[in-house]
Amino acid sequence: MKRPIYMDNQATTPVDPRVLEEMIPWFTEKFGNPASSSHAFGWEADAAVKKARKQVADLIGADAKEIVFTSGATESNNIAIQGIAQFHKDRGNHIVTLVSEHKAVLDTCRHLESEGFEVTYLPVQPNGLVDLEVLTAALTDQTILVTVMAANNEIGVLQPIAEIGAICKERSIYFHTDAAQAVGKIPMDVNAMNIDLLSLSGHKFYGPKGVGALYVRRRPRVRLKAVMHGGGHERGMRSGTLATPLLVGLGFAAQLAMEEMEEENKRVYALRENMRQGIMKQLTHVELNGDLEKRLAGNLNISFNYVEGESLMMAIKDVAVSSGSACTSASLEPSYVLRALGVNEEMAHTSIRFGLGRFSTQEEVDFVVKTVVKAVNNLREMSPLWEMAQEGVNMDDIEWAAH
Amino acid sequence: MAYNDKVLDHYENPRNVGSMDKADSHVGTGMVGAPACGDVMKLQIRVEDDGTISDAKFKTFGCGSAIASSSLVTEWIKGKSLDEALSIKNSDIAEELALPPVKIHCSVLAEDAIKQAISDYQKKQ
Repeated sequence: MKRPIYMDNQATTPVDPRVLEEMIPWFTEKFGNPASSSHAFGWEADAAVKKARKQVADLIGADAKEIVFTSGATESNNIAIQGIAQFHKDRGNHIVTLVSEHKAVLDTCRHLESEGFEVTYLPVQPNGLVDLEVLTAALTDQTILVTVMAANNEIGVLQPIAEIGAICKERSIYFHTDAAQAVGKIPMDVNAMNIDLLSLSGHKFYGPKGVGALYVRRRPRVRLKAVMHGGGHERGMRSGTLATPLLVGLGFAAQLAMEEMEEENKRVYALRENMRQGIMKQLTHVELNGDLEKRLAGNLNISFNYVEGESLMMAIKDVAVSSGSACTSASLEPSYVLRALGVNEEMAHTSIRFGLGRFSTQEEVDFVVKTVVKAVNNLREMSPLWEMAQEGVNMDDIEWAAH
Repeated sequence: MAYNDKVLDHYENPRNVGSMDKADSHVGTGMVGAPACGDVMKLQIRVEDDGTISDAKFKTFGCGSAIASSSLVTEWIKGKSLDEALSIKNSDIAEELALPPVKIHCSVLAEDAIKQAISDYQKKQ
């Protein structure tokens, strides 16, 4: 079977072969437990973990001592949000976040609501960005935590993290950012941006799956209540034996990202723009979802009016993408992120996310543009909505039978 | 989602895509679903004076199962009497295409489209 072209780099990225090479010895020969301080197996593993900690810290402008290794961004988000809320509940019970956050943040906040915390889910503007005045106005003397993602997983928009950090610092409110999509793609600096806690995930920047980290500021010290209890690893914030090979991979992926980010961003951005312009020049009634400027270089999220997203994905089955259409989700609800931008349900059903990355090529982009344009034209020929639009019928005048 | 071969076949080679003149007194038109729900089906039938359906056409905005369900029913109703066409149940469509539970509503829409097209034709007589 011929493998499809991979255009879903916001879902996950492949492990860079250079990263894999670094990891392999740590599975077999150098298998020691980094916590075994009594022999050489433990010492070499411990040294490898220390190196990885430094590599990850360097990527976000942190100190190695501030890195807590986890299984990925979902776990990091849980430790950060629940940990802050539970430790500081005597100080306040209010948390501020965005409606367009990842489920790992939203569901954690929902859980805290059931435990008596109050959560404000701020709306976003039509371009996907939070309005800083709205955010500031939502803060109260009870607010203990603001959690806002750095880059959105569906539409790639970049929130004003440094500005939010400054607002939080001024009011002594903890600021956490889910930077799973941002780390390794855009420069992140926890000090310049006044970030107290930051979640990151290895597999979003060409490292292995099942490993990530949480940055927890030490000066001034940010204290959390642990979610996982045990041997007191990771400064007591995340007990459990460290996965040396995965950490070596995470660390090396971080180093590569740091060294190559600037060049890679230019290249990926050029590919993304070729793709966007190629599609938009050849098709009418297509809309970009999310801000064009404040956006990850590798993200393109487009609604193809009058063509349902899942059927478009079937038509371009040689290209691996994802859709905001309800038909691709178990819930039968179209993307809540697109709905948060004010995109109507019909347009949300027609959206496709293209995620370009380190291994995308111009040849692939050319193929995808050609395939998408052909498929959209074919499906529009089959679409009663397209036919009505051509006849000048206003869809809003029709009384549809919702089902 | 991994689809059944029959769905893929109808999706890749849809039968009877097109439109008929909805003002024609021999033509019945059914339009069901809603854009906000992600599927809209338009089904048209041509009915001869002896009451048989001589032709059927569809256009569908929707997922692969919705397109396959409408394509399938255009094949099934051609040559049938109106009563025979009305006896087609959504469960027949779902079974033929082996639709998973989350896609059953596509077959319900196809059944409704037949009913609406026939009712539209009958109103014109």
